[in-house]
Amino acid sequence: MIAKPIISAAEAAGKVREGDSLMVGGFMACGSPHTIIQALKEKGTKNLTLICNDTAAHDLKSGKVTGVGHLVQAKQFKKIIASHIGLNQETQRQMNAGETEVQLVPQGTLAEQVRAAGAGLGGFLTPTGVGTEVEQGKQVILVNDRPFLLELPLKADVAILKAKKADKAGNLIYNATARNFNPLMATAAALVIAEAEEIVEIGEIDPNDVHTPSIFVDFLVKAERLEW
Amino acid sequence: MEYVANKENIAKRIAKIFKNGEVVNLGIGLPTLVGNYVPEGVTIVLQSENGMMGLGPAPAKGSEDMDLTNAGGAPVTVQMGGCFFDSATSFGIIRGGHVDYTVLGVLEVDQEGNLANYKVPGKMVPGMGGAMDLTTGARVVIAATLHFEPSGASRMKRKCTLPLTAAREVNMVVTDLGLFEVMGDRFYLVECFEPYTPEWILEKTDADIVVKNDCRIVKVD
Repeated sequence: MIAKPIISAAEAAGKVREGDSLMVGGFMACGSPHTIIQALKEKGTKNLTLICNDTAAHDLKSGKVTGVGHLVQAKQFKKIIASHIGLNQETQRQMNAGETEVQLVPQGTLAEQVRAAGAGLGGFLTPTGVGTEVEQGKQVILVNDRPFLLELPLKADVAILKAKKADKAGNLIYNATARNFNPLMATAAALVIAEAEEIVEIGEIDPNDVHTPSIFVDFLVKAERLEW
Repeated sequence: MEYVANKENIAKRIAKIFKNGEVVNLGIGLPTLVGNYVPEGVTIVLQSENGMMGLGPAPAKGSEDMDLTNAGGAPVTVQMGGCFFDSATSFGIIRGGHVDYTVLGVLEVDQEGNLANYKVPGKMVPGMGGAMDLTTGARVVIAATLHFEPSGASRMKRKCTLPLTAAREVNMVVTDLGLFEVMGDRFYLVECFEPYTPEWILEKTDADIVVKNDCRIVKVD
């Protein structure tokens, strides 16, 4: 197997261009690539479109911010596609003030849209959202007399992910519920950068244990920041 | 009669619904309390949509694992025999009908089985998270809510006015006044919780409620 380049977090941030769509792994900051997020905040790249399960937390009273909320706070997104923004008051503020466009997507639909893009599918039919605002503007298709919504695949220019362990080939292993959207996003972006707490030699991960096959990963970053 | 809000009674009553081995997803907030009251001798399997079967209680202080959280991002533990999976698998489990019960919070719930709990336009827009998938996929959808809003209006309605999370998916509503089933565009009062009476519930709720012939007056404990 060929080794993938191990780059610094700053180099990783440099691969995200102004205007890019950006997938960020993690669920309420659990399993998010905190090292690259901080580097991207320092770099200050703007006009990004975020695709992430949620925008983590930002309490405007206490000022406490977690995960991808740091990039929301720095106003680096022109658009946010997420299933939940309830614990990030700054996202809600930007949305209500018309500063940032927010598109809310049912969580299972978002996961499947990402999966479909990575798997080369043209979309999928889901019963989720029928009879709600989610249905608006979408094709309703009857299958055995039951209505389904046609949902389209969702891909990105860059995905930044967090793994517990990587080998230098780019095979990834996640830990506990830090897995969440990471393995899906690994398949659905033109450029995939994974930060890992531990990067081991090729051959040190049992092929049986791999969660994300190395074929999906372009660059590795050593995780330096684990706090949210 | 004086109304005293009582979230614990809602959680306690819902916890008695489940049978051994059933798979349950508890929403954030009031529904999470249900996990505290599952009777001894009944083992349910908690599914957490962020990617786990076998969700366990919060860890002891100091032994939190930041890679092991619930759908609200709070540290939890995993039961022996539990497992982890990605979000696509998690929602395959949910939409695919493999979850027996989902218990969800409420802004409004109506007699047609519609549920609104994710958006108050212009005011509060937390997002639906996994709630739309859960209401679509779970075998039984339980809406758990204090009976009244702070303003005194009943959260049980004839017709929801807020954007819907689920259209005609709610099977059961449990409030701190009673347990209701939803059928044929009506609420059916199945159990009335002491000290309230069916007559008082009917008077205070602007919706069509049928008191079942075998409606029981129960003390929740």
